[in-house]
Amino acid sequence: MHNVNGNLYYININTNFARNTNEVDMKILVPVKRAIDYNVKVKVKADESNVDLANVKMSINPFCEIAVEEAIRLKESGIATEIVVVSIGTLACVEQIRTALALGADRGVHIQTDAELDSLQIAKLLKTVVDKESPDLVILGKQAIDSDNNQTGQMLAALTNMGQGTFASKVAVADGQVAVTREIDGGLQTVSLTLPAIVTTDLRLNEPRYASLPNIMKAKRKPIETIDADMLGVNLTSNVSLLKVSAPAQRSGGVKVADVAELVAKLKTEAKVIS
Amino acid sequence: MSILIYAEHDNKELKSETAKLVHAASQIGEDIDVLVAGHDCAAVAQAAANISGVSRVLVADASCYEYQLAENISGLVVELADGYSHILAAATTTGKNFMPRVAALKDVAQISDIIAVESADTFVRPIYAGNAIATVQSSDQLKVMTVRASAFDSATLGNAAPIEALTQAHDAGLSSFVSAELTVSERPELTAASVIISGGRGMQNGDNFALLNGIADKLGAAIGASRAAVDAGFVPNDMQVGQTGKIVAPQLYIAVGISGAIQHLAGMKDSKVIVAINKDEEAPIFQVADYGLVGDLFDILPQLEAAL
Ligand SMILES: Cc1cc2nc3c(=O)[nH]c(=O)nc-3n(C[C@H](O)[C@H](O)[C@H](O)COP(=O)(O)OP(=O)(O)OC[C@H]3O[C@@H](n4cnc5c(N)ncnc54)[C@H](O)[C@@H]3O)c2cc1C
Ligand SMILES: Nc1ncnc2c1ncn2[C@@H]1O[C@H](COP(=O)(O)O)[C@@H](O)[C@H]1O
Repeated sequence: MHNVNGNLYYININTNFARNTNEVDMKILVPVKRAIDYNVKVKVKADESNVDLANVKMSINPFCEIAVEEAIRLKESGIATEIVVVSIGTLACVEQIRTALALGADRGVHIQTDAELDSLQIAKLLKTVVDKESPDLVILGKQAIDSDNNQTGQMLAALTNMGQGTFASKVAVADGQVAVTREIDGGLQTVSLTLPAIVTTDLRLNEPRYASLPNIMKAKRKPIETIDADMLGVNLTSNVSLLKVSAPAQRSGGVKVADVAELVAKLKTEAKVIS
Repeated sequence: MSILIYAEHDNKELKSETAKLVHAASQIGEDIDVLVAGHDCAAVAQAAANISGVSRVLVADASCYEYQLAENISGLVVELADGYSHILAAATTTGKNFMPRVAALKDVAQISDIIAVESADTFVRPIYAGNAIATVQSSDQLKVMTVRASAFDSATLGNAAPIEALTQAHDAGLSSFVSAELTVSERPELTAASVIISGGRGMQNGDNFALLNGIADKLGAAIGASRAAVDAGFVPNDMQVGQTGKIVAPQLYIAVGISGAIQHLAGMKDSKVIVAINKDEEAPIFQVADYGLVGDLFDILPQLEAAL
């Protein structure tokens, strides 16, 4: 692996020590989305108006789970002092906030709305929380597995004028900076950001833990603040309308071949994809 | 209708995505500019000027763009945005990184990962790992979109569009490049390859991926992997195919020791021909495979290499 520590040291001697994260309180904000469970294969409604989520199992979006885990590890290692989770959506989102509290977050914020929001509106609502809470680090998932948008963290970074470390597979906080190793198309890239900053998680960042029963019980007593989204002064109407949701083209089931010889023959003469 | 396309490149080479985006943009309108932002990237600009349908190539060559940091690139693109009705970037890790920043700074929505253009304001994109296909219409003045390049053909080559240098250098001062660890490979890039052979958890370890090499050599193939193979450390992250990795649509995709989870299928099910090699005849990958071969990959792969 590359020498992140060596590079961090190089950065340290070039920056003033305005903020020493080991001495001041460091707060982490983790936005979590309630989304379809990753094991469920969604179906499209017959009228093609949307997908059918009736009676479908819902969970914390897996990338948000990784974000919560990373925040907890930063707290356990003595770097962070407080973890606030925030979820935007219907009353049911409280379930996902409780799960995050059971995993180890300290308190929750629920921004309640029944509206279907774009990532831009989510980012604007999250900015109101950032303005109020002044976190040193915001860790989001890179992507919600329902919309597959991959936008919110970057938008929040733009609205708050913070640096962003997206698709993180490693996060190292030291001396007012965060070094984020990013999974990019060609391999890995490490960037250094001045705190406060935004990080979005990729799959290799960590392996989330399971909540223990005592911690689930404890989480019931942790505070959750509820805020009505309409009270935050954010325009919640989207300029993008959903015209239709259809089922993808199905592949027609293929054939089983008996052996390698038959496979190669079919690829050559039937499929004509090799010569 | 005036469209700006952000060129995908590594300062040396223009990537194949860009010509596909030009083709996608030509379905929206005819006035298409390509922006090349980078450092010492003159060869990239030349290559972009060669794509048919491009009106102008704009080059922002400055050290602050060398690593295409989102904070700096978004400043540049926002400054240019006012002249355009649409801004398009490939749905690569570069495009996904800076484009939402552009959208938020312009106070418009981003439409991610479009796979078809219905009209200048209506686009098609997969959601829920491709298990549903959404048609969306935007009333924003400026449409900011990332494009799934594998869903579009390439524009042809044979143009000599004028190249104009931009002098603005946007260094936001919010981030700095520390290091990169890039995979070096003689093989074609996954997103550009016409044949891909991918290994999954069934490969058991990284060394066994060598069993795919000889076959890849004979077929001129790129090598991919499932998430499980990447998580287990068999191969690097940039080989992951799937919903949250690379989306590919080659002529031939060979899945070896991969079960066919929906997240993996999301990344390869638009391949023209799919072959699955798996010892479990119930594995879901067989439901999308044109040709399924049930058996032990450790027997089959050497036979396949010999038969090609
Ligand atoms: C948020 C999220 C995002 C994800 N994104 C992705 C993604 O982008 N891409 C992706 O691939 N996955 C992704 N996944 C993971 C996905 O759900 C599966 O866990 C993963 O694809 C499984 O990989 P696999 O098929 O290699 O492993 P397994 O499911 O364990 O399958 C291994 C297969 O190998 C076969 N096998 C074993 N030994 C042999 C042998 N000797 N010969 C022949 N066959 C053999 C077995 O029969 C089995 O079918 C994601 C999951 C989540 C939660
Ligand atoms: N409704 C929401 N409430 C809280 N966080 C959200 C919400 N929607 C998106 N996010 C955050 O933004 C990340 C990326 O989502 P997206 O940009 O929609 O793909 C998620 O992993 C969450 O961390």
